[in-house]
Amino acid sequence: MSEVSGPLAVDTAGRFADEVRRRTGQPIERCYQCAKCASGCLVAEYTDYRPNQILRMVQFGLREQVLRSRAIWVCSSCQACGARCPNGINIAAVMDGLKEMAVAEKLAVPEQGPLFHQMFMDGVRRMGRVHEAAVLARYKLKTHRLMADFGLGLRLFRKGKFPLLGSRIRRQEEIERIFSRALASGEGVTRHEAVLLPGVLAGSHGKGI
Amino acid sequence: MKLSYYPGCSLEATAKEYDASARTVCAALDVELADLADWNCCGATSAHNLNRLLALALPARNLVLAENAGLDLVTPCAACYSRLRTAEHTLRRGGSAARELEEAVGAPFGGRVTVLSLLEAMVKRVGLSAVEERVKRPLTGLKVACYYGCLLVRPREVTGVERPEDPVWLDDLMRRLGAEVIPWSFKTDCCGASQAITNPDVSRGLVARLLARAGEAGADALVTACPLCQTNLEMQRPTSQGAPCFYFTELMGLAFGLDGARSWLGRHLVDPFGLLRSLSLID
Ligand code: SF4
Ligand code: SF4
Repeated sequence: MSEVSGPLAVDTAGRFADEVRRRTGQPIERCYQCAKCASGCLVAEYTDYRPNQILRMVQFGLREQVLRSRAIWVCSSCQACGARCPNGINIAAVMDGLKEMAVAEKLAVPEQGPLFHQMFMDGVRRMGRVHEAAVLARYKLKTHRLMADFGLGLRLFRKGKFPLLGSRIRRQEEIERIFSRALASGEGVTRHEAVLLPGVLAGSHGKGI
Repeated sequence: MKLSYYPGCSLEATAKEYDASARTVCAALDVELADLADWNCCGATSAHNLNRLLALALPARNLVLAENAGLDLVTPCAACYSRLRTAEHTLRRGGSAARELEEAVGAPFGGRVTVLSLLEAMVKRVGLSAVEERVKRPLTGLKVACYYGCLLVRPREVTGVERPEDPVWLDDLMRRLGAEVIPWSFKTDCCGASQAITNPDVSRGLVARLLARAGEAGADALVTACPLCQTNLEMQRPTSQGAPCFYFTELMGLAFGLDGARSWLGRHLVDPFGLLRSLSLID
């Protein structure tokens, strides 16, 4: 099979589509561009590509454009599209699979989502639960938004919505087991701890905010 | 009736009033809530973005704990409900996906308990008539738009909801409390969930539209069953929008005439007292 090179290279062998299908269990090939997903997607107007376009780009093998897109991270997993797709494609699951791949291949832009989600999960790994105030403060610090949103944080604190201490679970080793099994799964690409945004996770273990 | 109770992380912080009102209302209806011992975070709206197995195994551990406790698991949080229910669905379907999950958790799931949202428990287990019997101070004159959001209803194969595009249980519940339920078309539209943190322009846009549509429909307030929805509706709104948002449990407590309503509502960022006083629903 011949392939065109350059930024719009089309993967005529369908390798990317195969990979997405295998990873997500979704029948990518069935999408026939009715755009029912896009017409009910509330976030579509804020993104670079609409969900049907993402599906087409996957079919065409436009790997890099898909994995670098903002669309996959702005998807809120609302599941409206999947509920309406005439071909039974769970598009939110496709988006999740693409996010995993984007992170593993270091194509994701951290501020579009992965940075926050990693900081959140890092808190879960250490405590078994999330201390909302700590995760938010750490995230805001990292993205240099701490002072900009300080007033709001203070309002939440005054309303008793930001307790200073979070709770933690007792059998933390059971959480650690789940994390290590999950990170070791996924055909080598979901080991995000190893490949992802070095420094973010590595530097935060065992420390508070 | 006795149920295992899973508050989830938000109910220990931003949604404390949801937790307090849920516990008080359940006690008033003789629903005994036994806190699930050593529960862990379900992964919320973050885990599924990074790792499929992690997003299923974290909630699955809680299911195993609930099974050991021998009680069905109820959670007020729509996001926790969605994650717990998705894990339950995967485990019940069996096959290699279920085995992989049990392996990650390190324990089997026998399918002897199920996950309920608190709203579902009120409608299906307690029953609307029992709720209505408890009403002392009907919410007469309160025009509410019932806002379900995404996670309580979709995807249908996971939630089992009969009418995912037009659910009615919250509407029915509010009518039994004496409120006037305003019909509108945006019941199950998304509020942006955690985009409020990662891409705030998105949730600001979605929330502004939701509040505008509820206002156009004639609602004076919104009712939610989700801490993410509630927080977004309050924090991501334009300053011109003043309609309060309530947790459904707060309105139950108010209609039941329970102590505590004032302190729950005092935690809101958007003041609900003006509206309630104008309708003589609170002293
Ligand atoms: S609704 Fe389904 S078939 Fe139609 S464009 Fe979207 S993904 Fe393709
Ligand atoms: S799940 Fe994602 S792609 Fe689908 S409608 Fe919702 S936001 Fe759009």
